[in-house]
Amino acid sequence: MGGMHGFGPVEPEPDEPPFHADWERRVFALTLAMGATGEWNLDASRFARESQAPGAYLGETYYEVWLAGLERLLADRGLVAPEELAEGRSLAPPRPLARRLEAEAVAPTLRRGGPTVRATERPARFGVGDRVRAREMNPRTHTRLPRYVRGHAGEVVAVLGCHVFPDVHAHGGGEDPQWLYTVRFGARELWGEAADPAAAVSVDAFEPYLEPA
Amino acid sequence: MGHDHGSELSGVQRRVRALESVLVEKGYVDPAALDALIETYETKVGPHNGARVVAKAWSDPEYRAWLLADGSAAIASLGYAGRQGEQIVALENTPEVHNLVVCTLCSCYPWPVLGLPPVWYKSAPYRSRAVADPRGVLREFGVELPADTEVRVWDSTAEVRYLVLPMRPADTDGWGEEALAALVSRDAMIGTGLARA
Repeated sequence: MGGMHGFGPVEPEPDEPPFHADWERRVFALTLAMGATGEWNLDASRFARESQAPGAYLGETYYEVWLAGLERLLADRGLVAPEELAEGRSLAPPRPLARRLEAEAVAPTLRRGGPTVRATERPARFGVGDRVRAREMNPRTHTRLPRYVRGHAGEVVAVLGCHVFPDVHAHGGGEDPQWLYTVRFGARELWGEAADPAAAVSVDAFEPYLEPA
Repeated sequence: MGHDHGSELSGVQRRVRALESVLVEKGYVDPAALDALIETYETKVGPHNGARVVAKAWSDPEYRAWLLADGSAAIASLGYAGRQGEQIVALENTPEVHNLVVCTLCSCYPWPVLGLPPVWYKSAPYRSRAVADPRGVLREFGVELPADTEVRVWDSTAEVRYLVLPMRPADTDGWGEEALAALVSRDAMIGTGLARA
């Protein structure tokens, strides 16, 4: 949604708590706990949240988006049927899971995180200082290339290593690691002559998103 | 995405209760693990972690250089690492350059040093405008930058997370790290605020 108009002013909340209602705590914890079962990966989880119909997505609060994403993943994987959610009880035996997040494993699991950097023999195609253009692409599937940079030229300012490629990983295609770059675009390149001449926007872009400019 | 928090929606409360009941009954989740997850992000992980990193960087030039060269390692040396902060890049604010962090795609944020993101960071107004009108957004936070200060916006589109190292306020010579850390707000480490003078 970068660059869209009409959403109004930003409204910071003084002394904001991490959660605003108990159900938000529960959705947060259920999402992390189910994510730790390995039934899906973080990229699939993001796709489930972000690929809702735009009207629904924009009308939901943040944890409502998480809730909708979790319900969808559970249904798609045959773990929880919609009728079970409607009744609030299990109507069929559970499907065996590869693993479950136990309380004593929470701290070490969070500490370990999910590093996405991978070793590779393949050389990086671009280096710092190279001019690149973000490809015009418009997949229906998961991607991390924001619409507002597509077709625009910028400069590589950092090479961030080779990382799991979300576009493939989100859809069960394995990790397919790709080089990741920070690419800086001038504000006028992105937004036109009226934009601030002393502003720039960087995105972290995977190699398949880029071509030489 | 609506940016009201919706705590009054009892329909959602019922939906979440039903979901949790089914997941516990099927044995997919350990109820004690849910409590441990919530407790971690309500009481242990938060912007006080990042403030300690910043205060140390202000006090110790070697640490500052390390933080800017290898953010993840320098931050992990203080005990902060892991989920949603596997690779952290620190961005130095100077009189010439002001850095501002956003995630236009969703809500990417350096959890180990800042905790969970505030509602405004995840809201459509911030995500849509931070990239196209950063000075206008900064004004809504009460931050007015000189016209010749370059504004660099960092859209966290992959797994790298960004932490802004704000400028140290004047007249703080000789302050200890604890006193310095108290000057560092969450917003200063996102770039929507400045360290308090």
